[in-house]
Amino acid sequence: MAARRLATQKLFIHLFIIAVGVFMIYPIVWMLVSSFKPEYLIFSDPGLWPKEVTLDNYRNGWQVVRNITFGLFFRNSFIIAGIAVLANLITCSMAAYAFARINFPLRRIFFACMLVTVMLPTHVTLVPRYAIFHSLDWIDTYLPLLVPKVLATDSFFIFLLVQFIRGIPKDLDESARIDGAGPIRIFYLIVIPLAVPALITTAIFTFIWTWDDFFSQMLYLNTVTNFTVPLGLRLFIDSQGKSSWGAVFAMSVLSMVPITLVFFFFQRYIVDGIATTGIKG
Amino acid sequence: MIKSKSYSQGWWVGYLFLTPWMIGFFGLVLGPMIYSLYLSFTDYNLLNAPRWTGLDNFREMFQDRDYLDSVKVTLTFVLFAVPLELLAALGVALLLNKGIRGLGIYRTVYYIPSLLGGSVAIALLWKNIFGVDGLVNQVLAFFGIQGKGWVSHPDYALYTLIILSTWQFGSAMVIFLAGLKQIPSELYEAAAVDGASGWRRFWSITFPLLSPVLFFNLIMKLISSMQVFTSSYIVSNGSGGPVNSTLFYTLYLYQRGFSYFEMGYASAMAWLLLVTLAIMTGILFLTSRYWVHYEDGGRS
Repeated sequence: MAARRLATQKLFIHLFIIAVGVFMIYPIVWMLVSSFKPEYLIFSDPGLWPKEVTLDNYRNGWQVVRNITFGLFFRNSFIIAGIAVLANLITCSMAAYAFARINFPLRRIFFACMLVTVMLPTHVTLVPRYAIFHSLDWIDTYLPLLVPKVLATDSFFIFLLVQFIRGIPKDLDESARIDGAGPIRIFYLIVIPLAVPALITTAIFTFIWTWDDFFSQMLYLNTVTNFTVPLGLRLFIDSQGKSSWGAVFAMSVLSMVPITLVFFFFQRYIVDGIATTGIKG
Repeated sequence: MIKSKSYSQGWWVGYLFLTPWMIGFFGLVLGPMIYSLYLSFTDYNLLNAPRWTGLDNFREMFQDRDYLDSVKVTLTFVLFAVPLELLAALGVALLLNKGIRGLGIYRTVYYIPSLLGGSVAIALLWKNIFGVDGLVNQVLAFFGIQGKGWVSHPDYALYTLIILSTWQFGSAMVIFLAGLKQIPSELYEAAAVDGASGWRRFWSITFPLLSPVLFFNLIMKLISSMQVFTSSYIVSNGSGGPVNSTLFYTLYLYQRGFSYFEMGYASAMAWLLLVTLAIMTGILFLTSRYWVHYEDGGRS
């Protein structure tokens, strides 16, 4: 009796979770399907089965402005995200290693400073940063987007890596030291290889956040040839009205492909990363 | 080994490794913070030197209708979006934690909106589905209901963004699930032996043991909700309209600072945001003594 009631209860939970899940995913799937529908059906067909299939939206959307295709925006986005990932991996792990393993004067104070900046709203540094980059003549280049990464200002990842490196047994450092390795060799021979899971989490989230970062890209990039994918998408709402929703959907779908691929390949790291550190995914 | 001081051998290497971070911290974080505090007492447009105006920026804020609207919009958003998102996350996490099969798949599906939700693409999708001929109204028409242009109606536009934010409860849910896994099942078994009801078990075991995670999620959501930008910018074409109904604090800050180049005013707004966030977080920490349960009795 009790077992049967439990089974029925579980069945209801499954049904409920599936129903809510379908409801939540529906808009995204609908957008995917609609991107292959002719324009007029987007505004009249809430269903998922397209009555007509066309690639026009992709053709029109790809050629977003005269002489410029979305290919350029994808290239720019990949360049920025790629360098950002590399920079964060190198400089954040360097800082994390120093905080986690080396006892130097003022370490506690600097560590506290780093922790405080994890939650700092970026807006309090916004205007002076813009002024600095403006005086360096860096506006409308990628430098304002990349130099902060090279200078390890994403303190969240430093924190993540510090936590991880602290979990690596110190005996390993000791035995390497006895073998004559200095702190620099210990860093790249022992700590880095063992910190790979945390480095992957860092790389994934740096990629996702840089790919999706609309605010700073809009702030610093002005010329269409420098635009990234989010800025390319914005071009649609700037210039045209409702007549181009098919193209908007098509390019929106494409814009989400890289992140979706990263998610499906590295799902375990993403879920573990959120669960252990509370990253806002 | 004899150590004359407690610092590591070759401690200077620490500074070597910390050099990029230190340049960034002083040059791009601490320095700019202090400078923007100074700018908040000035009139500054990037091209001319800042002109000291004392408290004028702050005085102006309290007479600036748009500013007050932006505060109202942001607080309304936070008041709805944060509890709704946390409730949805907790509710679904509790259901998924009942030892059902297929947890991994469900978790993935529920996480996808969080993964994609912050993008311009999803904001555009929202603008479309809550538009006059959008998906929502197509479905409503099926039931014979004549829908409105939700994103273009001042009474409803903000609520479409609250829905967008609630829709992304997946990441909080994953954190709750991880917290729920930490609760020893013996506690539930013992409670079941004592004949405690499900409701009772929730309030006596689950809630207290999950409260640190809930507290963490609450702080994170509060801070991020106060800084929403992309969705409001896209849905309103950067205007915060209709009639300021989606004029979020950060959107207004952006307009004043970078459309009108009133950067002193923008800096003042940024500092007020920082102070507000600090006070809110501080108050939450004070109340946490009464509802957040720590295993070690709250000494850490």
